[in-house]
Amino acid sequence: MEFLLALAIIVLVAAFVTVPLRRRAGWGEGDPFEAERAELDARKQVKYREIRDAEADRASGKLSEEDFARLDRELRAEAIAILRRLDKLDRDEESRRPAG
Amino acid sequence: MIELGQAALAASLLTAIFAAGAAIYGAISGDRRWVDSSRRAVYAMAALTTTSVVVLEAAFLRDDFSFSVVASHSSTTTPTIYKLTAMWSSQEGSLLLWAWVLSLAASAVLYLTRRRHRELVPWATAVLAGLGTFFIALMLFKAHPFHQLSPAPAEGQGLTPLLRNWAMVIHPPMLYTGYVMLSVPFAFAIAALIIRKLDASWLRTTRRFALAAWTFLATGLLLGAFWSYNELGWGGYWAWDPVENAALMPWLITTAYLHSIMVQERRGMLKVWNVSLICGAFVLALLGTFLVRSGILESIHAFGASTVGTPLLVLIGLVAIGSTLLIASRVDDLRPERRIDSLLSRESIFLVNNLLLVGMTLIILWGTLFPIISDVVGEERNFAEPLFNQLTRPLAVLLVLFTGVGPLIAWGKLSGTALRRMFLWPAAAAAAAALVLRLVTDAADNPWALVLFAFAAFTLVALGQELWRAGASRRSLTGESFARAFPRAVSRNRRRYGGYVAHAGLVVLLVGVAASSSFQTNRDLRLNVGESAQVGDYTVTYESFSADPETERIAFNAVLDVDKGGEDYALLAPARNYYPTMDPSVGPLGRYFEGEATSEIGLKSGAGSDFWTAFQPDLSTLQPEIERGNTLLADTGAAAQGIAILALTEEYAKSPPPATFRVIVNPLVAWVWIGALVALAGAAFAIWPTAEARRRVRAAYEAKLGRELKRA
Repeated sequence: MEFLLALAIIVLVAAFVTVPLRRRAGWGEGDPFEAERAELDARKQVKYREIRDAEADRASGKLSEEDFARLDRELRAEAIAILRRLDKLDRDEESRRPAG
Repeated sequence: MIELGQAALAASLLTAIFAAGAAIYGAISGDRRWVDSSRRAVYAMAALTTTSVVVLEAAFLRDDFSFSVVASHSSTTTPTIYKLTAMWSSQEGSLLLWAWVLSLAASAVLYLTRRRHRELVPWATAVLAGLGTFFIALMLFKAHPFHQLSPAPAEGQGLTPLLRNWAMVIHPPMLYTGYVMLSVPFAFAIAALIIRKLDASWLRTTRRFALAAWTFLATGLLLGAFWSYNELGWGGYWAWDPVENAALMPWLITTAYLHSIMVQERRGMLKVWNVSLICGAFVLALLGTFLVRSGILESIHAFGASTVGTPLLVLIGLVAIGSTLLIASRVDDLRPERRIDSLLSRESIFLVNNLLLVGMTLIILWGTLFPIISDVVGEERNFAEPLFNQLTRPLAVLLVLFTGVGPLIAWGKLSGTALRRMFLWPAAAAAAAALVLRLVTDAADNPWALVLFAFAAFTLVALGQELWRAGASRRSLTGESFARAFPRAVSRNRRRYGGYVAHAGLVVLLVGVAASSSFQTNRDLRLNVGESAQVGDYTVTYESFSADPETERIAFNAVLDVDKGGEDYALLAPARNYYPTMDPSVGPLGRYFEGEATSEIGLKSGAGSDFWTAFQPDLSTLQPEIERGNTLLADTGAAAQGIAILALTEEYAKSPPPATFRVIVNPLVAWVWIGALVALAGAAFAIWPTAEARRRVRAAYEAKLGRELKRA
């Protein structure tokens, strides 16, 4: 009884688990840019929050004008680098899209 | 049913092995189909372990004593709520809980990352499935939750009486969930080390799991302390018991980790430290499971006999050595992206906080393992409670201070002018608190406590000031009113301000700990019915005694009248419950008193102090009658023994001998619970995604839809 039950469960599980293996080779590549875009988006949001935090730190007096200017410059440069990479990703995606 | 549970468990083992293998093959070959299949296998593992849990819980509810674990941990007279929760009082059930929560957590993180971290996820899946394989195999080959008894006994042995408390219903699953949640950031850390992708992306993905682990561990610790205070009859909430320590250590390391990952996210520093911390926290979580389940150390909490100690020890060794070697081989990839600019920066303070937390953990680890180490070298000795207190106290006091200093300082560097402005009010509050407490109270009798109270005032004012400035800054930037600006500023940065609330709660908790441990009045009284005694400002009178013999237990109840300053303060009813043992060697009457005993404490709780009392009746006068009854009733049935017990307890209640009362006046202990609840509320606030994050997710999906429609 136990053996039959185990067998029935294993057949059911195997049917569910092997669905992707029955697809054609190369499946799952999907949007090759999606993962990178998601990561860059996450980094962009973190950088924006850091810029907002620095502004709040200046407003609350934790950062002097001089320190704020330096930090803000650094953070904005990093944010721009991320935006550039996102733009490049869009261009790459555009160039790969079939014409028409 | 037993076959279904066993079959589901066997199938879940195969699924876990497949998931690990498929994930590794998918990672190496780059074939996404195998990676997707491994994720599905983890989902299946979750479904199968859920089936096993449901089967076992149903057996407890149905009093199916053909399940060996049900017969040994429940009975027909066990209340339903305790039948439901008896599963995790057993070794077999708690391992099933481990595997079940692990499979659910693994499924959750793999679902959330199904379209992200393509390189990381297969390796993280392999680690999570590998852990699942280990725990499921442990059940199938060592612990056997579906072991069958044939023939099934008519009655079970019942649940350990000490565990019949509402806090114990939730405490174990909270701790286990906390331990298991740590496996998610651990798995991603190992994955990041394997593929050498050691930027902050794996931290961001798993941060909420680490915070959830912290929250569950904190809830478990809180419930354990509450249970100890209310159930164990010794009057304290923390005894540096090995199993308590085992849960505290990963919590402390996770606290350090949650702070130091911010340094890596913001400044690209502490990379080696962060991977080491999360590996250390996970090793300590496994050690916690080992200490509870191996029975290697004497503990009020170690309920299980050992059959899984050696395999768990092997796993701990494997994880500790394996992760150390992996980190060592990746040192070049873990170089910091920049250096600390100034000692007066938030990153420096976080580092100091981290060192304090790790230092405290090392002391606790040494003290916890000391009995084993001393036994190995020849002389078994314990690391006594006062030594724990003495060594951890200075670190805890400094932690309270730095908990307030960190939020006052900006990332990068704080100027001298800003330093004065930010520290003025907190420092003034600390000085004022120290002065007032020294003049008005006897706090100066304990200098450490006085310093801690002063630092607590510093930190609470610092945190209040930060919350105020959050609203004020937003008001100045947006022109909104403060009432509108404050909640918006706080809800836009839940991680930061939730953290501040958690800091405030923990400081309040430590104030409660310092006050209740340093300034408590503790007396053992021996009183006859009608007698009174003085304890501090209180007069305690032993009013009456009664006996209450029931099927499950015999309760001896006392009534204490407590006056303060000549006025009624409280009427308390502490009791001592005796649960019968099944052991026939102690005799038919003796078995009623030779089993386990529990205390129902008498407690009057207040914001200023708790009046706590436990009752210990003197059973020595009953002994001759019990021995006589054991001889006379040796060949009689349960009915005659029941009548004899009724008569015996009734006689005892008519003229009870003097009883012992432990009376403790515990100042500010309520603030331990209040502080812990505030800290948990802060953590829950920090975990909850912001409205902005929810909007971003929606916007990302809308953008994806737009792209795909363009393509179509």
